[in-house]
Amino acid sequence: MTAQDGTQELDRVTIRFAGDSGDGMQLAGQQFTNTSAIFGNDVSTLPDYPAEIRAPAGSLPGVSSFQVSFSSDEIYTPGDAPDVLVAMNPAALKTNLADLLRGGTVIINSDEFTETNLRKAGYAENPLHDGSLGSYRVIEVPITILNARALKDSELTAQQIDRCKNAFAIGLMFWLYERPTEPTLHWFETKFAKNPAVASANAATLKAGYHFGETAELFPIHYRVPKAHLAPGTYRNITGNEATALGFLAASKLSGRPLFYGSYPITPASDILEELAKLKHFGVKTFQAEDEIAAVSSAIGAAFGGCLGLTATSGPGFCLKMEAIGLAVMTELPLVICDIQRSGPSTGMPTKTEQADLLQALYGRNGESPVAVVAPATPAECFTMAIEAYRIALRHMVPTVFLSDGYLGSASEPWRLPSIDDLPSIDVTFASDPETFHPYARDPETLARPWAVPGTPGLEHRIGGLEKADITGNVSYDAANHWRMVRYRAEKVERIANDIPNLEVLGEAEGELLVLGWGSTYGAILSAVQRAWANGASVSCAHLRYLNPFPRNLGDVLSRFERVLIPELNLGQLLLLIRGRYLVDAVGLNQVTGRPFKIGEIEEKIHELSRRKVSVR
Amino acid sequence: MTAIAPGNGSAPLTRKDFVSDQEVRWCPGCGDYAILAQTQKLMPELGVPKEKIVFVSGIGCSSRLPYYMNTYGFHSIHGRAPAIASGLKISRPDLQVWVVTGDGDGLSIGGNHLLHVMRRNVDLVIVLFNNRIYGLTKGQYSPTSTLGQRTKTSPAGVIDYPLNPLSVALGAEATFVARTLDVDVHHLIATLERAAQHKGTSFVEVYQNCVVYNDDAFEGFADKTVRADRTIQLEHGKPLVFGKERDQGIRMNGLTPEVVELAGGVSEAELLVHDEHREDPTLANLLARMMHPDFPVPLGVLRAVERPTYEVLLEQQLRDAVSRQGEGDLAALLMEGDTWVVD
Repeated sequence: MTAQDGTQELDRVTIRFAGDSGDGMQLAGQQFTNTSAIFGNDVSTLPDYPAEIRAPAGSLPGVSSFQVSFSSDEIYTPGDAPDVLVAMNPAALKTNLADLLRGGTVIINSDEFTETNLRKAGYAENPLHDGSLGSYRVIEVPITILNARALKDSELTAQQIDRCKNAFAIGLMFWLYERPTEPTLHWFETKFAKNPAVASANAATLKAGYHFGETAELFPIHYRVPKAHLAPGTYRNITGNEATALGFLAASKLSGRPLFYGSYPITPASDILEELAKLKHFGVKTFQAEDEIAAVSSAIGAAFGGCLGLTATSGPGFCLKMEAIGLAVMTELPLVICDIQRSGPSTGMPTKTEQADLLQALYGRNGESPVAVVAPATPAECFTMAIEAYRIALRHMVPTVFLSDGYLGSASEPWRLPSIDDLPSIDVTFASDPETFHPYARDPETLARPWAVPGTPGLEHRIGGLEKADITGNVSYDAANHWRMVRYRAEKVERIANDIPNLEVLGEAEGELLVLGWGSTYGAILSAVQRAWANGASVSCAHLRYLNPFPRNLGDVLSRFERVLIPELNLGQLLLLIRGRYLVDAVGLNQVTGRPFKIGEIEEKIHELSRRKVSVR
Repeated sequence: MTAIAPGNGSAPLTRKDFVSDQEVRWCPGCGDYAILAQTQKLMPELGVPKEKIVFVSGIGCSSRLPYYMNTYGFHSIHGRAPAIASGLKISRPDLQVWVVTGDGDGLSIGGNHLLHVMRRNVDLVIVLFNNRIYGLTKGQYSPTSTLGQRTKTSPAGVIDYPLNPLSVALGAEATFVARTLDVDVHHLIATLERAAQHKGTSFVEVYQNCVVYNDDAFEGFADKTVRADRTIQLEHGKPLVFGKERDQGIRMNGLTPEVVELAGGVSEAELLVHDEHREDPTLANLLARMMHPDFPVPLGVLRAVERPTYEVLLEQQLRDAVSRQGEGDLAALLMEGDTWVVD
């Protein structure tokens, strides 16, 4: 539908900004996202950046990108294939073009397609001239020169001016998609408050980009993506890691216990340390430990002291923490461990996502060492699941693993702000009566042992990693006692199932196919299932937020479907658990590429399973 | 947190109040007994309510000590006691936290944590039992075993150069560094008391005899018959004099210390004078490097300097943040940044 004024209305658009890691593409994408969210679209993002801070300029490994999808409907993923690629140099074009929708638009900073840059990107011929971009709509814009021209009167150095060119690209995209410029102009003012020359240069070039779109006749029309119909409320845009940090702060407020965060810097979990370090006025204590082991150990010390002991890491650090987590299992302290999973094994691909630490979370320690495991499904849900992690850890006196991943951590979506009053209460009771106190006596309902913190007169006692005698907590090598304690620890975790919601099924409660997922695959699975519904398929989906223990009704849900499909970004870890636990002949859709699923990939598998079923009959 | 009322009118505590009901399971004759006894004896003298005292340990013979103390205790995992104690002390500055470790636990598997806790100056008392052997695992060489020492895992003699725990502590910027002997109980308890009173990380090396796997490791200078001639008691502000007859001293010869006979015309005025409060660790380093048999083994406090502790600095940052930004308001924080309303 093209209107008289040269605008066309679209339901959904996906843009990818790609450039050198020094080109400010993350910032461009974030500004476009926030502006779209404030405008009223639903948004979903996928940042993708190299592990190297500044790989050689113009090189393929140095490309950084940010994909944002915005829509007039609710969306759950950052989009499979971008409609528009903004390529700031040849390397960005080369590494990203294959993902672009056939017939999509490429907006190219033609100034950077120099012989040197083409060579660095491995182009033998200039793709702008050799016809290789024939199946795309190519719009060449001399962004570098236009930016320099817009800032010719600026007092900034030539190098500083060049670094503003991302703002030109933002301005251009704002015009093309009818976005307001005010939020970003305001952001420049705040961000560069101490450097007004930089603020005004960015503002000037953003406006220049906007006006260039308006005046240059490169774009016959521009586009409008109307506001989405989201649930009423106050919203902000939030990434998973930000929501995680806020959720743990909220848990501290709700429980009335101070938050102690021991952590060692690691991609992609460092954001949480950075966020929490800013919250000193909330009484949050952050401790940057000397290593991953010290980080978790310090959190255990804080938990022993009656505080919310928290640590976060990613795969390699999670490995290092395992022995200490075992100590928290043995001492039955309410520790929370976040694993922001990334591609492994070993150092793997630090900035790429994966879901391959599930079995490590469950079984990565020596001995029978059960912990609770929760996993948020969306960036905003990291907030509520962080609170859940502590609600479980504190009520059941059990170490709890919060399994997020690099994609969830860095992706963003609009978050409807909760009312503080609506958040669950978290009751904490310390043991205080010396007459009745026994370190390893158990609550008859939950089997939790009492939390007896130093400073309480008359409760002096010793805990540790050696097996403890039932009730007294003294060191015990007794065979029958060990067997009893092993079962207590297991049963204690099992009983958490009484305290968590049932698994919810979207779609028919029974039928031919259930797609079962966990963690960050939620958006892609739900979108794929919705598309399958549109095509008349009989398929339902359910998403596990609780991985240990599973919701009580999981076995029942599984039994109501003829087939179960489990898409995971690993080689089949939930699949193994489900098959082993429920003797269900589930099938996996497994992919380990460092990237989230595309909707189409899951949709295709749903389709294939439906077809196969038909052919068997 | 439960309020504590120290001095609530009940009878003063004695050593017995700090003895737990657990049977002590060290080998008969082990030096650990003396350290335990002196620690228990010291506790009532400290003026700290019993419930405010926590002993944290790692793994090894020494690390069993918390089980025998009737205080709060945490027998943790190998090498990690300094990290656990750091988290506890930083989150609960009201507690007095002790770390009990050994030469393997503290200097091998937990070496990194030991370094960093000392440089941060967390207010902990760290007592390192140095017996120069792995005892609990039955006799393998440790990072302080001496060159050539024959153990089960070094039948041809140790070829690893040993660490000097005091040099490690000084290198890591510990603000209190001392050494004592299990067999000199008066010196032991006095040193532990000084360590407990120090604000900041106190590091105490205790030469401790392992009667089974490394017996008499320190006999050459610790034995009563030779101790006065082969050790030197460090006293702040006093010249370095030693010997049964107090007839020997330490004098500087250029940058090198030397043993001199006071009888031979050397006056005390020429001797090196101990100054434990020197901010510059050169003197303490020099003392730490004096080893048997070339020198008398220094015992006592090598260094005691004042620096703000980690947990005090952190509390100050929290107070500063509140005075700058006001008490944190969760609802306001959630609303930070760009928000919009959907009707």
